[in-house]
Amino acid sequence: MSQARPTHDPAAAAAAEEQRRETLARLLEESKQIRGNSLWSDAWRRLRRRRAAMASLIGLIVLVILALLTPLLPLQSPIDKDLKNRRLLPPEWGAMTMGSREGLGFAEGSLVAELRRFDAEIDELRRQRGELSDPAERSAMDEKIRQRTRVEHPFNQLWNKLGPVSHLMCRLRVSLFGDYAIPSIFGTDKLGRDLLARVFWGARVSLLVGVVATLVSLVIGVSYGATAGYVGGLVDAVMMRIVDILYSIPFIFVVIFLITFLGEDNVKVWLQDRGIEQITIFYFVIGAIYWLTMSRVVRGQVLSLRNEQFIEAARTVGASTWRIVFRHLVPNVLGVVIVYLTLTIPAVMLFEAFLSFLGLGVAPPDVSWGQLLNDGVEALSSVRLYWWVVVFPGAALAATLFALNFLGDGVRDALDPKMKNRD
Amino acid sequence: MRNLVGYLIRRVGWMLLTLWIVYTVSFVLMRSVPGNPFSSERTVPAAIERQLRARYNLDAPVHRQYFDIGWGIVSRGDLGWSLRLEDYSVNQVLAEGFPVSASLAIFGLVFAIGLGIPAGIISAVRRGSFADLSMMTAAVLGIAVPNFVLASIVILLFVFILPIFPAAGWGTLQQLVLPAFCLGAPVAAYIARLTRAGMLEVLTREHVRTAMAKGLSPQAVVLKHVLPGAMLPVVSYLGPATAGVLTGSLVLEKIFAIPGMGSHFINAALQRDYFLAMGMVLTYTVLLFVMNSIVDISYAVIDPRVKLQ
Repeated sequence: MSQARPTHDPAAAAAAEEQRRETLARLLEESKQIRGNSLWSDAWRRLRRRRAAMASLIGLIVLVILALLTPLLPLQSPIDKDLKNRRLLPPEWGAMTMGSREGLGFAEGSLVAELRRFDAEIDELRRQRGELSDPAERSAMDEKIRQRTRVEHPFNQLWNKLGPVSHLMCRLRVSLFGDYAIPSIFGTDKLGRDLLARVFWGARVSLLVGVVATLVSLVIGVSYGATAGYVGGLVDAVMMRIVDILYSIPFIFVVIFLITFLGEDNVKVWLQDRGIEQITIFYFVIGAIYWLTMSRVVRGQVLSLRNEQFIEAARTVGASTWRIVFRHLVPNVLGVVIVYLTLTIPAVMLFEAFLSFLGLGVAPPDVSWGQLLNDGVEALSSVRLYWWVVVFPGAALAATLFALNFLGDGVRDALDPKMKNRD
Repeated sequence: MRNLVGYLIRRVGWMLLTLWIVYTVSFVLMRSVPGNPFSSERTVPAAIERQLRARYNLDAPVHRQYFDIGWGIVSRGDLGWSLRLEDYSVNQVLAEGFPVSASLAIFGLVFAIGLGIPAGIISAVRRGSFADLSMMTAAVLGIAVPNFVLASIVILLFVFILPIFPAAGWGTLQQLVLPAFCLGAPVAAYIARLTRAGMLEVLTREHVRTAMAKGLSPQAVVLKHVLPGAMLPVVSYLGPATAGVLTGSLVLEKIFAIPGMGSHFINAALQRDYFLAMGMVLTYTVLLFVMNSIVDISYAVIDPRVKLQ
């Protein structure tokens, strides 16, 4: 109240001012000491107390790391067939040497030696190129070198379409482990390929489909739902009617129908000409059918949020609709979105496995878990008991889905405000 | 009653709209594939191809075809001819496959309900007990293990290791057991969880306490006062459950070599039999719509608070 009374003493005024500043500084300091319990830290604390969910989380993180590092691990080749000696071998512990199969024609029956030979050959070509003076001959030589590294590289016989990063990782693996490869502890499949390596490489595809398709569904669902909920009125009514109609279409059947067309030779050529891979479309198609529930959930949340004061404040300040939706509304519905996300990933992975199992999904030489299971079930119907071709990929898929479901349940409970005081 | 008629009329309207959209999308896709159904196989003489095109009405202008095929479906229920199965119309394929798939689906659902509801009741009543824990773990497993993985495990166990059941085929009750089990298992798991959650919620209500207080036996309380209330989420789940069973039968019919609609649909998709695939999609749309409507109506019958809309 001292400020209210006008004072004529400049020293007293300065002192009062100083005191006020001190008070403010102290308050600021105090407020810094207090750590608020945000929704997220609360949820994290609750999640950490759930053993099953935490174990699932850790397991999934390990799985993702292993899948990322697959080219670096000393696994056998996932695509190299050995029809003569290694068909449908039961799990075994005999150590393997990379590149030892005769049919590969590797120098000294070893990947390291072959790689050395190949590098020497390329170096020789490079040296010859250095001696050339004619630029036309030079570029012809460049082209030859590029062709040879692309087509004849020994890695091409052991791995399918390595990207630049995976290629480097494979190189590193060869220099780290040499020719050593983990024995076929999961057995081999009907074409003599190592099942352990195939399960690992399949994990990459299956997880990638799960994540990419879920992200696609996330982007579509959140934008659609948030727009419908925020704009409201006729737009909302029309948009939600569309969702209603889409809901009643049996999408799985429509997708299978759609894949019928994507498999058509002419369409394949058309897509290849435009540099689109079939698997990319596959991701998008799956993602495009899982956004419906997401958009409904987000719309409901946005509807209840749009009349809150902070939205009104943003509008008063003059923020655009776009900005309000994506800066103010979307972060507030994040909790619900995350819950739904953790439940969408297993659904999407299951769907991918389902389609690949039917022979409509990921096509060889790419591997995915669904496809491995398809191979496995085919091998099952024969006379002898090849249990390993089904049990290992099946266990991998089931364990992953199990963990994802558990984590999803845990996250849902952790983010549910009703659960706040229950434990 | 008036309510119900209005509801049914609206539902049929929506169904027709949906069917029209599905038909249009399918038609556009079919026509946008380069070439025609006869150009992909070995080449036939030009005159014969012309005849074939005329027979299948492929020489008419596109809008004419769209209208003609659509009219054929609406007026005669004629879904066209299969392009891959010799001498079969799509309707014949459906007529042969539908009873097989339907009985498989019904057995699967009956099995799911018969297993899921008792499991849910027991684990809710004996909450925290060993039975509860093991059944709920089994339920999570049932949801997580895809039914084609389950099918292969079951074949491994009960066909090869313990030869009790035949591996594949259709016709006898024995051949039905394994596919129906695999089809129903994930649904049973969901139903068990829903029943348990519903039961636990209703068990804390006042009317249950009253029932207990006036001295009813625990069985009577559970069966008469708790169960009906707890069944609502289960009933509303039956719509998606039907969809799940129909989808699941796609794979299971393939694994167990059952000559139902699902295996025909997969073959149609793999062999690019457009007419058959389109007919199947339309049939599945109708099936799901009908099932969902039945579920909605029964929901309203069970719970008087729910209004059909």
